[in-house]
Amino acid sequence: MADVEIKTLTMNFGPQHPAAHGVLRLVVEMDGEIVERCDPHIGLLHRGTEKLIEYKTYLQAVPYFDRLDYVSPMNQEHTFALATEKLLGIQAPERGQYIRVLFAEITRILNHLLNVTTFAMDTGALTPPLWGFEQRELLMEYYEAVSGSRMHAAYFRPGGVHQDLPDGMLDSMEQWIKQFHPFIKDIEDLLNDNRIFRMRTVDIGVCTPEQALDWGFSGPMIRASGLPWDLRKSQPYDVYDRMDFDIPVGKTGDCFARYLVRVEEMRQSARIMEQCVKALRTVKGPVRVDDRKIAPPRRGEMKGSMEALIHHFKLYTEGYKVPAGETYTATEAPKGEFGVYLVSDGTNKPYRCKIRAPGFPHLQALDMMTRGHQLADMSANIGSLDIVFGEIDR
Amino acid sequence: MEELGTHIAQATGATSSVRLGELMLETTPDRLIALLTFLRDDPKCLFRQLVDVCGVDWPDRPKRFDVVYNLLSLKNNQRARVKVQTDENTPVPSAASVYSSASWFERETYDLYGVWFADHPDLRRILTDYGFEGHPLRKDFPLTGFVEVWWDDEQKRVVNRPVKLQQEFRRFDFLSPWEGAHYVLPGDEKASDKPLGAPKS
Repeated sequence: MADVEIKTLTMNFGPQHPAAHGVLRLVVEMDGEIVERCDPHIGLLHRGTEKLIEYKTYLQAVPYFDRLDYVSPMNQEHTFALATEKLLGIQAPERGQYIRVLFAEITRILNHLLNVTTFAMDTGALTPPLWGFEQRELLMEYYEAVSGSRMHAAYFRPGGVHQDLPDGMLDSMEQWIKQFHPFIKDIEDLLNDNRIFRMRTVDIGVCTPEQALDWGFSGPMIRASGLPWDLRKSQPYDVYDRMDFDIPVGKTGDCFARYLVRVEEMRQSARIMEQCVKALRTVKGPVRVDDRKIAPPRRGEMKGSMEALIHHFKLYTEGYKVPAGETYTATEAPKGEFGVYLVSDGTNKPYRCKIRAPGFPHLQALDMMTRGHQLADMSANIGSLDIVFGEIDR
Repeated sequence: MEELGTHIAQATGATSSVRLGELMLETTPDRLIALLTFLRDDPKCLFRQLVDVCGVDWPDRPKRFDVVYNLLSLKNNQRARVKVQTDENTPVPSAASVYSSASWFERETYDLYGVWFADHPDLRRILTDYGFEGHPLRKDFPLTGFVEVWWDDEQKRVVNRPVKLQQEFRRFDFLSPWEGAHYVLPGDEKASDKPLGAPKS
């Protein structure tokens, strides 16, 4: 028989594709239905955030962090706030820290709700997103109540949070947590033993612990591969060391394990929320540092005090100067380790602010995960990576 | 942590320091790969994860770029930072052979700063547009860039054209002249360095 030359087909996937989770363009080399190589082209959402931050004061840089990963805004503000606080040598007051942890966990639930449900949609189920988005809407109301904005909150600031919680919020949250546990059960009933969902996810995109380390995985991705690693436990920040929660760890490292880890994390986040709500009933006091050279005065104070007016003016024009130094501060964002490498030269603007997005190395590993799989498995893999292009392209 | 720093410094010839509770190692490009391999495999270090690679631009220095590698050891719950200095023409050896995750991070550093990485498997631009020129995170690259995209009605396609600002780019300098500002105020050019009231010689 004569040699048959098999030519691979090069195919373009995206950047406008519902399963690409944003503007991902993949150039895929295929042999029939089997993926031989995939080359992600990113940067279609590049906005030059890092460059812009170099031209803004530290306070003005905060809103850029909301716009990176726009489904988990507050976790990213948290990292930036912690990095700036480290350089300034200050610490948020206790109540501020509890509020930050509370809202960081709300954000984690927001993020996982979006990911788990749209992941189900990528594999063919439409009901989970419809149910999940209703819960997201309820949580976004808390966002709106504290910051005035449903998504781009700019609520965590260096030195604490912007405002205290409004009255009645803690009661309302308790109610929400009560109804959330049965909701999670419903989602699991829909998906865990769903035959189609299992066929699409089990043994797809398996990553061994060695691969997870080598490719720089973090967050649910590394935990699904069997490594018990969570920055909230291993390098606790704010009041995470006082919280009682468990870290779910997957066994198989496939798409299904990543789904299971995320669902369990939502339960644990609700547990942390419960503890924060309980603590916030007793822990009173300021929510941001009482240093007029860093935190601006309240509006009411400004009406009567000349000093306060001067401080307000100086803080919103010049801002505060941060002592020269550098730090790499990382927190456990819902998608993994979100880090900020902040270099200060002693002026009121960051000299360099490198944003380490967890999705960036995850997407890089897509090629490794997808090789030898079918084309349809690629969209399952992308869904399980939990990528958002705001943070990858920056 | 300082103990670990001296241990690494003795074995690899890097200089170590601890600031703000973070371990930092400085080395030269030719020793970089040996250092990273040591950090990954040495039983006291076990920095198995390369978390991040990024550049920092210091235009006043002869070797203007810092390339910064952030490492993480899950086993020892420890972070480390490795720094290498380079300029526009001197390549830094690619760490992709030591850590697979380095590949894209180095592409990004190349894209944004123009640092060359020798032996990189696939050194292409990653974040900027297809056909982009220049390295946007360098300090001498203007914030507004050089070109903007525009719909050309004659050619019926999107084209690049030199950037036209409706209003001149304004950069407000709010640094207080009494503290922190390093420039001469307008009108003060002729004033001597001597403080006012100093005895005349």
